[in-house]
Amino acid sequence: MEELPHPYEKFLRKDRIPHIWCEGCGNGIILNCFAMALDELNIDLNKVVVVSGIGCIGRVSGYTNTDSFHTTHGRPIAFATGVKLANPELKVVVISGDGDLFAIGGNHFIHAARRNLDIQVICANNFIYGMTGGQSGPTTPLDTWTTTTPYGNIEQAFNLVHLAAACGAIYVARWTTLHTRWLTESIKKALQKEGFSFIEVVSQCPEIFGRYNKMETAIKMMHWFKEASEVQHFSDPAKAEITPHRITVGEFIDIEKPSYGRLLREMKERVAEKK
Amino acid sequence: MTATSVSVEKNKPIVRSGRRFMSGDIACAEGALAAGCRFFAGYPITPATEIAEHMARRLPEIDGVYIQMEDEIGSMAAVIGASYAGVKAMTATSGPGFSLMMENIGLALMTETPCVIVNVMRGGPSTGQPTMPGQQDVMQARWGSHGDYEIIALAPSSVQEMFDLTVEAFNMAETYRVPVFVLADEIVGHMWERVNIPEAKSIKIVNRKKPTDQPTNKYAPFKPDVDLVPPMAVFGEGYHFHATGLTHDERGYPRTESAEAQTQLVQRLCNKIRKNKDRIARVEQDMLEDADVAVVGYGIAARAALSAVRKARAVGIKAGLLRPVTLWPFPEEQVAQVARRVKAIVVPEMNCGQIVREVERAAKETPVIFLPKLGEEPHKPDEILDAIEGVKK
Repeated sequence: MEELPHPYEKFLRKDRIPHIWCEGCGNGIILNCFAMALDELNIDLNKVVVVSGIGCIGRVSGYTNTDSFHTTHGRPIAFATGVKLANPELKVVVISGDGDLFAIGGNHFIHAARRNLDIQVICANNFIYGMTGGQSGPTTPLDTWTTTTPYGNIEQAFNLVHLAAACGAIYVARWTTLHTRWLTESIKKALQKEGFSFIEVVSQCPEIFGRYNKMETAIKMMHWFKEASEVQHFSDPAKAEITPHRITVGEFIDIEKPSYGRLLREMKERVAEKK
Repeated sequence: MTATSVSVEKNKPIVRSGRRFMSGDIACAEGALAAGCRFFAGYPITPATEIAEHMARRLPEIDGVYIQMEDEIGSMAAVIGASYAGVKAMTATSGPGFSLMMENIGLALMTETPCVIVNVMRGGPSTGQPTMPGQQDVMQARWGSHGDYEIIALAPSSVQEMFDLTVEAFNMAETYRVPVFVLADEIVGHMWERVNIPEAKSIKIVNRKKPTDQPTNKYAPFKPDVDLVPPMAVFGEGYHFHATGLTHDERGYPRTESAEAQTQLVQRLCNKIRKNKDRIARVEQDMLEDADVAVVGYGIAARAALSAVRKARAVGIKAGLLRPVTLWPFPEEQVAQVARRVKAIVVPEMNCGQIVREVERAAKETPVIFLPKLGEEPHKPDEILDAIEGVKK
């Protein structure tokens, strides 16, 4: 039987497949939506750089058929800052996890958002450190069981969309891996905006998070997303919950503000005029 | 005129040639610009801040980028990013920031990123003495990031060398695809001295090797040439290549469970410096031909050492100075050769004993006298002279 090429084959490094992700993992869905967005926008892949940090989703940069860099833990945004400022023609996309971007890398996130650096950040939020076997992280919900919260998590979780909005992101959205069309549209929108955009993707980790918390299959986790998700565009991100009963999704912020790159260019022009 | 301002020809990438008066930190910044540096990411820290301030003023004039990052971890990461985007990049810091940079210095080593890190050393440990000189980070420079690697570190002892060696640091970084350290100290950084700026066209500038093949998906970003250094494509050229801090193969793909890949990669990272050591390691020798006593000193300590050697000669003691210009790779051979000819070696250092151990190792049987120094002042020439005279008795 003749093998048909996958429609998004050109976006993947075929020699890197099969990937390392577990069966049922949400990362493949996120990668697929990213590929769809690139395809639908017909973006020149020679000008795309995918940067990721450490963790399960951190391996995504190794699978995308673009220039790509897999940084140290927590540093993809700081690395991306150097890339984008050194060559503003490049579309620099950071795809990483909740632990990487908001625990060890939290400082880089808040400052890149504050600067309105012209990059797109996509966060796979699976509520847990998957790569190291299921420890609690900055988005682990209260009372959840993880290997390091064996008596239930007593830490409050970050509300990532609220954080991004407060730090100055010009585009903020949250979807789950169930919302593939919405997510793709959001990625497309973010790629076309000037400035710091942030998309949180609530993603299933059935193998670890699910198994420890009574949702041991991807289907069960996605049932949760389906039952609990509520699209509330431009609602107050401070009130955008993620609870067993409600996951507030949608676009929260979509504004215009001069990016760091623009202000830098304008400053250089002013300096040149003064000579 | 503020402490950091110096009359430079505006909007020119290279400061006007000829005799100039400037501080070490400014000379370092100008050296970087002369070498082609167009990206600086840093975080304010005494006594290296003047480098950042000068870069903040100069880089926008010449279409470069200065960015003040949120910390030194981010600074180092941004420098690596800029270098991968094809721009010569640097950062400058001091001890506490150097500690934070160690993580991504390891990443730069692993991903073979040409870049320059200036450490204007102050007294440590921890916050230590921000405005006081030190030479306490030389072993951290060699071993501070985890894992096995070889590094290049240069030790300027004058404002002139802050310019010259910063140019050289960029050239070596580009030649070997390695992060290169300029290990200065607070005195050399803050001191104002005469500098001879060479004519622009006489400044030797090295740019990294590029792949010669047309962009294809088959490009192997970590496949070395015979000199063990791989040609380097940059982002946006169409090669679609991958780089990672994980152990990787020549394609840049992770090979985290292969003993062979680990051995090949890490040995090559070490060997590309070790096998080129003769071309990298450099010393300056003064009055050593007939010397009975040698002083081995670097950075600011070498200035007092030279003065002590001259004083010794004036009173009839045959003393000489060996000054390592590169601390890493350590010029072991040159020290060993001198050790075979002298009765003793005196090592003044502004720490509790770091490079002296390298000297002892190279000196073998020859006695080594160590002169530690901590705090505000560098060694006085007479303190070193006393040690030289002690050998003769």
